[in-house]
Amino acid sequence: MTADPALPTERLTLVDLLDRLLAGGVVIAGDLTLRIADVDLVRVNLHALIGSVDARLPSPWEEHGT
Amino acid sequence: MNGNADAAAGLLYLYAVARDTDLPGRHLTPSPHHPRPVTGVAGEPVELVRHLDLVGVAGRVPAADFDEEPLHRHLEDLDWLATVAHRHQAVIEAASSAAATGVLPLRLATVYRDEESLRRMLRARHEALTAALGRLDGTVEWGVKVYTLPGPEKEERTTPAPSASGGVGRAYLRRRGAERRADEHRARQADDAVRQIHTALAASAEDTHLHAPQNSRLSTHPGHNLLNASYLVRRDDDSAFTAEVRAQVERAPAWGLMVELTGPWVPYSFAATTTGPADGTDDR
Repeated sequence: MTADPALPTERLTLVDLLDRLLAGGVVIAGDLTLRIADVDLVRVNLHALIGSVDARLPSPWEEHGT
Repeated sequence: MNGNADAAAGLLYLYAVARDTDLPGRHLTPSPHHPRPVTGVAGEPVELVRHLDLVGVAGRVPAADFDEEPLHRHLEDLDWLATVAHRHQAVIEAASSAAATGVLPLRLATVYRDEESLRRMLRARHEALTAALGRLDGTVEWGVKVYTLPGPEKEERTTPAPSASGGVGRAYLRRRGAERRADEHRARQADDAVRQIHTALAASAEDTHLHAPQNSRLSTHPGHNLLNASYLVRRDDDSAFTAEVRAQVERAPAWGLMVELTGPWVPYSFAATTTGPADGTDDR
């Protein structure tokens, strides 16, 4: 990826990836049955995942339903 | 509505949209003369579905995994989600390297019943997709996160005085008050510093997007995440931007902060806003 070794580039973490793949990217509804796979479904499920790590902290995706 | 024939044929998982002329052939390959197609989230060969002057980068995935109910279930499985996210990202990276004028990355798990349905979407959204491709052409996304450096102050916290005497109690409360004020002062300073860092980086970027700070337990970083931002940068301005990041990396420790960079990414964080809200109602 980056060609600059002087910069502290982190190893790509899953959280960084999910910040982008679940909150970013072009949002186009797929076919009807899968429209639910958009933001709400994903947020609900990740909320559960994150909740199992630390229930007190809100989902990092809470703030931006794009 | 949808019979067994559809289920057997699978579903069409859409990764990205690009300009038709940028991606030749029937399949997405790592390079023009590479014989093997890139594989997708289900290990399937990634296909190119054309309509008008656009091309959808898509793959046939089993309905048993990607139809509404199984997908719902799978998304609660972090390992499944991690695998699919990494594969989705890999396809988009491959498409992005192949397409001279860039690609529009789709959000995870955008699925169509069949090619006709996908083509209908390309037709209905043609204008917005073309505008977004134009806007993001020649850009990359950099991720910058600012963390607090784990400080020593937590260890020297005042503990309640063992004595029950009023004088000691008051002294304890005074000390606690002073500590609280010092904490607030530090937090304000860190806030100001983060704002300065963001402003400096934004000056070298076309656009910025603030993600919510990451949960420190998930990010595996010892510090507290104060800024989790993405910057849209023209490829031509890349060295100016990374030089600015380097300057901030060097300044940050004096503020008790640490700056980290990820990327370059395909501009995921800026694709979402370009085409407006999800809306599939206008495509019939």
